[in-house]
Amino acid sequence: MTVESKHIVRAYDQELKQLNELIGRMGGLAEVQIDNAIRAVVERNVELAKEVAASDARVDRMEADINSLALRMLALRQPMAIDLRYILSALRIASDLERIADHAENMCRRAKDIAEDSGGPAVTGIQRLGKLVLAMLKDVLDASLAGDIDKAVEVWLRDNEVDELYGSLFREYLTYMMENPRNIGACTTLLFVAKNVERIGDHITNIAETVYFRVKARPLKDSLPDGVDSDDAEEDDNR
Amino acid sequence: MAITQSAPSSIHAHRTSRRAQAKMSARDVNVFYGDKQALFDVALDIPAHHVTALIGPSGCGKSTFLRCLNRMNDVVEIARVSGDITIDGGDIYALDVVELRARVGMVFQKPNPFPKSIFDNVAYGPRIHGLAQNRDELDEMVFTSLEKAGLLDEVRDRLTEPGTGLSGGQQQRLCIARAIAVNPEVILMDEPCSALDPIATARIEELIDELREHYTIVIVTHSMQQAARVSQRTAFLHLGELVEVGDTQDIFTNPRDERTQGYITGRFG
Repeated sequence: MTVESKHIVRAYDQELKQLNELIGRMGGLAEVQIDNAIRAVVERNVELAKEVAASDARVDRMEADINSLALRMLALRQPMAIDLRYILSALRIASDLERIADHAENMCRRAKDIAEDSGGPAVTGIQRLGKLVLAMLKDVLDASLAGDIDKAVEVWLRDNEVDELYGSLFREYLTYMMENPRNIGACTTLLFVAKNVERIGDHITNIAETVYFRVKARPLKDSLPDGVDSDDAEEDDNR
Repeated sequence: MAITQSAPSSIHAHRTSRRAQAKMSARDVNVFYGDKQALFDVALDIPAHHVTALIGPSGCGKSTFLRCLNRMNDVVEIARVSGDITIDGGDIYALDVVELRARVGMVFQKPNPFPKSIFDNVAYGPRIHGLAQNRDELDEMVFTSLEKAGLLDEVRDRLTEPGTGLSGGQQQRLCIARAIAVNPEVILMDEPCSALDPIATARIEELIDELREHYTIVIVTHSMQQAARVSQRTAFLHLGELVEVGDTQDIFTNPRDERTQGYITGRFG
């Protein structure tokens, strides 16, 4: 039985549909925010960066709308089993999307510094990292919409690529800094941006875990094959 | 009648290793009302000192099953019960029915105090079973039962007043006091809160949780939230068949059977 199959109370179905639509719209908005943030950094476009920062309030409002609808449904419908997991998942996904958008906004705060330092190191690495997480976000949102756990697991595993790429970027910028101390300022800024993108990847893995839990009613990490390091997505901002 | 070990394939027993010892057991229970079959091969263990909730849509057989446990169906002329039901391993049909009903008490949907005083309502059972040697012992039994039912403080000064003069919730607790006065081992409750307001319901639910320490409880309820709140085990019946039984937490968060999922999420047609 899926969450789409009909309830006796039709208003309940409409609310679930509305919740689903809100998550979809919020996910779409987060995608645009990341895409624009990466472009603002790569193209050294300060205007675009300001636009991203201004749009963050829209993402926050959508999270508040989702929270409010979910709260109302918990109180009025007293959901059980798949419905309960669905509503809890919506709350968690909305929270991750909000954090993702915050990271996009943080990247844009650095975009101004990067734009001013046109002679700084190349940003192609960040562009690649950005493309990777953007594709992951798109796929995890598709997985969420379709309740596709295979796709959710596949996205979850792809976070390793993000971590590896972030690690190699870190080493690359470290080399620049050692070569010439005048690069330290620019490289540190770029490292902050790279870190933001890497953190977005972690939130995407959270969403993948949430989708898995919603469908299977058990944590994804309990279901991973041997040899997969389940701690990869657990690391925090301080790493 | 032989005990069948294999349960019907549609029954999923979860976490059986954690399950407490069965106080009562039912195997291959079939009930007919005339030509109509109300229960089909029901097999269920009732663990000791647990609250087992029976849920399902109207007419699914949950009350019928409850009534099998203390042979209440015996008094229904057209009812025919087959299968094995045991208490502490002994066949309930080998016991005298009066003794069985003293061991397996019952509380009904609508509070039904006798048209007697509050005291006499509770003293009724101990009197007919000759449990008290003298007035002091009887007083003790009545007071202890009222205390356990959470009613003593409210009725201490008016024990001679009629039981029917109490509020609905108090009457239901009086019926519970009456049921436990004969020191039963199992208490069957057939929708005990359906005629009560939410506050009285909450008090009964709190009481059920306390009673579990001393008694084994089986409750039929239409309220899934109530089943989820008060029970440790839940059995879902549908069209006379036991569809699924498991730990309450599992049944309400991750049921195995589509029919259970449909019922608890409100998708049943």
